[in-house]
Amino acid sequence: MTSVSPSRGRLAWPFDRRLSWPWTITWTYLGLVLLLPLAGLLIRAAGVGPRGFWEAATSPVALSSYAVSFGLAAAASLLNGVFGLLIAWALIRSRFPGQRLLDALIDLPFALPTAVAGLALSYVYSPEGWLGAPILKATGLKVSFTSLGVAVAMLFISLPFVVRMVEPVLRSLEREQEEASWCLGANSTQTFLRVVLPQLMPAILAGVAQGFSRAVGEYGSVVMISSNMPFRDLITPTLIVQYLEEYDIAAATVVGAVMLLFSLISLVVINALQVWGQRYQGRAS
Amino acid sequence: MPPTPQSAGRRSGVTRDHGPWLAALIPALACLYVGVVILMPALAVVVQAFAKGIGVFLENLRSAELLSALRLTLIATAIAVPFNATFGLAAATAIARRRFRGKALLLSLIDLPFSISPVVVGLMLVLLYSPSNGLLAPLLESTGWKVLFSVPGIVLATIIVTFPFMAREVIPLLEEEGWDQEEAARTLGASDWQVFWKVTLPSVRWAALYGLILTTARALGEFGAVSVVSGNIRGQTQTLPLFVEDAYKQYNSEQAFGAALILAGVAVVSLLLKIAVERLIDRNRGGVKEGDD
Repeated sequence: MTSVSPSRGRLAWPFDRRLSWPWTITWTYLGLVLLLPLAGLLIRAAGVGPRGFWEAATSPVALSSYAVSFGLAAAASLLNGVFGLLIAWALIRSRFPGQRLLDALIDLPFALPTAVAGLALSYVYSPEGWLGAPILKATGLKVSFTSLGVAVAMLFISLPFVVRMVEPVLRSLEREQEEASWCLGANSTQTFLRVVLPQLMPAILAGVAQGFSRAVGEYGSVVMISSNMPFRDLITPTLIVQYLEEYDIAAATVVGAVMLLFSLISLVVINALQVWGQRYQGRAS
Repeated sequence: MPPTPQSAGRRSGVTRDHGPWLAALIPALACLYVGVVILMPALAVVVQAFAKGIGVFLENLRSAELLSALRLTLIATAIAVPFNATFGLAAATAIARRRFRGKALLLSLIDLPFSISPVVVGLMLVLLYSPSNGLLAPLLESTGWKVLFSVPGIVLATIIVTFPFMAREVIPLLEEEGWDQEEAARTLGASDWQVFWKVTLPSVRWAALYGLILTTARALGEFGAVSVVSGNIRGQTQTLPLFVEDAYKQYNSEQAFGAALILAGVAVVSLLLKIAVERLIDRNRGGVKEGDD
């Protein structure tokens, strides 16, 4: 009748029988700092009622802000998926002067405060800025204070994710596989598409998903390069701030709860992609 | 159709012809992209901060509001970082190297602040601690505590946004290492506390330092969550990142870029420290492997 093998035993609970210091600190801290605020948001959101919740969550302003936030974040993170792979390839597979500087620069969006990034980007892409002026002259398009500017800020803050996810996988790829592919008569395009890319795909997708999630939630850099006009370039986090400034706590709570739901979903998706990637790597090696 | 050796040879010949061209194009494109997206804005901060000369830059740094914002940022960081370091180390020693129900869930919970928008973090604090309609308003009233629009709220917002870094850096390292050393220390009669200080902590010191650098850098630059809870009053509840935005909105771009340069300088220092610690970790790993061989 022993269905559970004795070597595995039953899994313990996430605390010790005599509550040890590490567990006490962990649960107290998580409770006060994370669970209590989360509970507060959920209680307030539940207090709005299903009808009011649906109305606030799907109001025209909110819907247009989702379109701006999710649409531009998707565009930015996908573009960074392509260029992230390219940059990772350059860092791992080639040697060129300035490589170390390039490697260090990739981390700058993680390290630079978002307000500084927003300030710098809105200057560089303004009609008088280093890049804004030539772009305006050549195409007639304004970047800063339009949705294009929002996309540029999202591009900046989501750039490192794909590079840093792909690098270790690319480094661990066995060159023999590519050599075998060449020996079997595949050209370099075929080798890349059929042998290399499939192995990198989980890492690329995980990086794109992380970048997307970060870009959707980003506030500091976007708020400074956007004109924050409803129905034009207003992102969802800024909409929450505007609701709070108008003392419309209920609407802020509802839209905040929608953002929280999105964060939870993206966390699950990113975890699943990483598990998939590990399984893939395990099988490959 | 299996390729003949000849055709394979011809194909690899084609690859070789394309090789150098592609080999140069990929780094060139990568540098161009990073140059436009990252390097150009970074340089703009430096150039714009000194646009009217070093004199004006130094003059701006003496503004009372900037100095008060800098002070508040340093205070919030100085409180948030030790708290988060303690939590991170406690959580890592509790969680790592153990199997228990819901471990993946607990790890995801710790990761949650990375995927929540900072604005939502600020909103959650407003809903709890608003003196007029917060859920904890009665408690605040009876104790006289003030959280929003003052230092505790700013510290709390900073803590929430930055607490995962430490645990995330230390847990993987502890998972890699076994219990052997800790068990040996216990057998020799060491208490839990002694084991932690003399065995566990030294073995993760570089990862902990790495986590500390990331936590500090992020705490100094936090914007979204703090802007929601601080009230953003010049000279009182304005942190340095909030000062940057406010000065920019007031068309005082020299002051904005001056303050931004301080923050960018801190970011660059944190990056350099990070690279240095990464090298140390690599060297230590190499050393251990050689020793094992």
